[in-house]
Formats: sequence, structure tokens, C-alpha cells
Amino acid sequence: MLFFLNVLTSGLLAGLMYAMVAIGFVLIYKASGVFNFAQGSMVLFAALTFVTLNEHGLPFWAAFPLTIVVMIAGAVLIERLVLRPLVNRNPNTLFMATLGLSFVIEGLAQLLLGTDVHQLDLGIDDIPVSVLGLQISAFDLFASAIAVALVAVLAVLFSKTRMGISLRAVADDTLAAQSIGIRLPRIWRIVWSVSGFVALVAGLLWGARQGVQFSLSLVVLKAMPVLIIGGFSSIPGAIVGGLLVGATENLADIYIGPLVQGSVSTWFAYILAVGFLLIRPAGLFGESAIERV
Amino acid sequence: MNAPVQSFLEVQSIDALYGEAILALRGVSLSVSEGSIVVLLGANGAGKTTTLKAISNLLSASRGAVSGGAITWRGRSTRRLDPTELVAQGIVQVLEGRHCFPQLTVEENLLSGGFVRRPSRKELQADLERVYAWFPRLKDRRRSRAGLLSGGEQQMAAIGRALMTRPTLVLLDEPSMGLAPMIVEEIFEIISRLNQDSGVSFLLAEQNANLVLRYAHYGYILENGRVAASGTAAELAARSDFSDFYLGGAGATDGLHPTAPN
Repeated sequence: MLFFLNVLTSGLLAGLMYAMVAIGFVLIYKASGVFNFAQGSMVLFAALTFVTLNEHGLPFWAAFPLTIVVMIAGAVLIERLVLRPLVNRNPNTLFMATLGLSFVIEGLAQLLLGTDVHQLDLGIDDIPVSVLGLQISAFDLFASAIAVALVAVLAVLFSKTRMGISLRAVADDTLAAQSIGIRLPRIWRIVWSVSGFVALVAGLLWGARQGVQFSLSLVVLKAMPVLIIGGFSSIPGAIVGGLLVGATENLADIYIGPLVQGSVSTWFAYILAVGFLLIRPAGLFGESAIERV
Repeated sequence: MNAPVQSFLEVQSIDALYGEAILALRGVSLSVSEGSIVVLLGANGAGKTTTLKAISNLLSASRGAVSGGAITWRGRSTRRLDPTELVAQGIVQVLEGRHCFPQLTVEENLLSGGFVRRPSRKELQADLERVYAWFPRLKDRRRSRAGLLSGGEQQMAAIGRALMTRPTLVLLDEPSMGLAPMIVEEIFEIISRLNQDSGVSFLLAEQNANLVLRYAHYGYILENGRVAASGTAAELAARSDFSDFYLGGAGATDGLHPTAPN
């Protein structure tokens, strides 16, 4: 039983890491109805920028805000060069644009920051600590605390503030939002900046785990099932989806893995996602469209 | 009462295009004087919505554009203003089909209209109460998602949201669309009172001519993207060939203010 709980907890904590990446997608999806394919490259770019600054002798407290500035500048550029010319186009057009954007960002990262694999040490060791009799990685605990704090801030931002209401208004009906004077370019700059910030946090946590390298942008693939399960438009959904994927993946690896004599975790989440698509296509927390006849 | 004392909204022979090829408006001219209710009448496709969107500068959002003519608001051209700046200057459009934010609550819908002026929290709350006073039904349903409201309530929410921007001119596109006659009357009563009590001017696009001419001061009849006739509400209502405009047989404009063909 204790072993089961151990497996479950470490799965749940890993799930929060997936959720971190998924939240970046949710933010942009909420504000523009677009699946931002470039989110993975943003995670990579943010982590790479931080590590490079860090390796050039800047301490954490300087490199972190500097990277945020870089991500905000990126958001402003993306709004000006990609989103504004494509305003009021079909979401598929925008999706293709983000696909292109992901290559541009990765290309830029390679050009400016090189292709080396970097080690990232956030000062928290990946050693097990004992909590309520369970063996939990200190790093996982740290990462989850960050995730929870981040989500709490975002939740307040979205539900209470004027910016949050404007943002959800744009997501609901862009034309109507324009008709009452909501400034679209401003909303987009904010959303892309926030998701750039989320990408940085996710990039640091993942980078500390597996090294900062180009495969980091592939965490997108892990976020996909999380989004399908939780729903594309819900931050709580991203969390729950992440937890579900993390937990089932870990459990499946331990209990089903030996039966099929191989690693299950690489594909189990996708099977789960397909199941959700069949039963509940909007995801657990997704907003199913309200339609009146 | 319709002689423009001071220039309020002037539309001077504008042409509008969709997709750079389809001519939707040809030389449409009209004016709205301060404090009046003006109506655009016409069949589907006559150019009513296009005219309103041309004024609010939302035409580009539908991949259209004004290709000629001039629109002035209080004597100044609106061509270079984006929709946000126009709203800030007092022109707001209520879109055809209401376009509430379905996932937002009624209250959030209303609040979203208030942000453009960057009001203080107190001012925003006062504006909200004002709108609730006009539409008490919205207050009862303030916590419901707008997507779950009835059509009439959605229309009220859409108008209320526009009023939150503190407009001096509201462009209202087909407020009666898809609504029960009783609700339509209720909405027109509120529009009329808003006009009289708060001095808000309205430019309405409507198909329900009989009803709207009871409330409007002045009207324009659009046909195939042109102004076919115009006159005071009483003059238009008295016309015998009125229904012809809806059946596409409008030829004569006898005795009224015929608009010179461009």
C-alpha cells in the first residue's frame, strides 16, 4: 500500500510539471481560440536565455527578470509581426502561423544561443525527503509549490481583474470585444507575455530536470494529452489533466509495464486522451459551447 | 427639428467594398443630429449593417473597407480612428445578433463595456447601477452566463454593455431580430426613454418599419446599397409605396426628399 502511495504521489507531482506547460497553451487558447504550437519553443527559448545569462555570470535574481523582459519583448514582436496582420482570420490560419513561429523561435534560439546542452542548477537537490511516511523528491515538492502559486495568481488575474474580464471577452467574441472598445493588440501583448512568463517557469523546472537542450521543446507533446483531458480553455482543467496524466502514467509504468515488458509511460497518456476524446471531447473542464436555438 | 444645428454625425456619399471586389454601398449619405433617433430601413442585403459598420470602423473586421466618401463625427473625420478610439469618443455599435459574451456572466458582460474610459472602481459601479436601473431584468440575472439568457435579455445585455461606454451615439443593428413582439416593444420603449431622458442619439437599422417609425424622428430607406428615399418618420410612414422597398419595386420617390442618384 505504501509503495502504491509512493508511486501515486510521485506521479501526481510529475503531473504538475506537465500542467505547467499546459497552462501556457490554455492562456493563449483562451484569449484567441488558437492552439499555440510555438509554446514548446517558447519554453525552450526562455530556459536557454536564462541559462546563457546565468552562465555569463549573472546570478538568478538578475537573470530571471532579464529573461522575463526578453519574453515580453518577444510577445510585443509577435503581436506586431504575426498576430496583427492576421486579425479576424480563421483560427486555422493563426494555428499555421504559430507553427511557423515555432520554427522561427527555435531557429533564433539556435542562432543566438547555440546548440549546446546546458546544465541548470536551481539549488534544489533531487533527493527524497520523508513526508507522512512517503518518500518524496524535494525537487518535486518545490516544483509543485511553484505551480500552485502560479495557478493561484493566474486564477485571481482571470476572474477578478479588468484585464481578466477583457481577456475572456476577447476569447468569447472578438468582434463584440472590439465593438465596445477593448484594445485587441494590448490584450494579445499581455497574454503572450504572461504565457512567455509561464514558459520560463516551466522551462526552468523542466530544464533543471533534464538539462536545457533542444528536446525541451518536445514537452509540448506531453502537454497535448493533458489539454485534451482537462479541456483547452480551463486552467483548473490543465491542473487536473496534468495530475491525471502524471498519476496514471506512473502507476501504469509500475503495474502494467511488467505485463507488456516495456515502458508504458511513453504512450499511456495518449491512450487516455483518446478515451476522453470519445467520451468527453470538450475535456473535463472545457467550456462546451452554449448554443441556443 | 432635424436641421443639423451643429455637425454631429455626417456621412457623405460613402462607398464600401467587401473583399476588395463586392460593392456593398454606393454613395450613401446621411446625417444624425444630436439627440435624435434615426432609422435605416431596407430589406436584407440593402446595406444597413455595412453602413453601421462603416461608421463604427468595424468594417475591416469583416474584411470590408470604405473606399470613398467621408464620415465626420463632430466635424472631424473618423477615417484614421480605430474602433477603440471611436468608442472612447462616444460612438458605440450594438452588433446584429446581439453578440453577448456567452461564457461571461451578465455582470461581467456589462462591466466589459465600461473599461474603455478607464473609470475608477466607484464610477464603474455607478454606471453599472445606472444600467441595471434601465434594465431591471438584467440585475435579477446578473450572475447567469449571458449565453443562457433569452434572446430579449441578451439584447438588453448587449445594449446595456454599450451604454456602459457612456456613448452619445449608439449604432443599433436590428434590435428586433428574432424577438417576440412584446419584447421588441419593451426594448423600443427603453430606447425611446434613453433618448429623451439621457439625450443618447440612436442610429438604428431595422426591418420592422411600422414599429420603428413610431419611435424614430427621421429615416432613410436603403436599397441595393443606395439611399432610395429619406424623410421624417411621419412622412415615411405615410407613404403608400412603402412596402415596395421591401419587395424591390421602389421607383418613385414622389413628393418626398428624393436622393439624387450618384
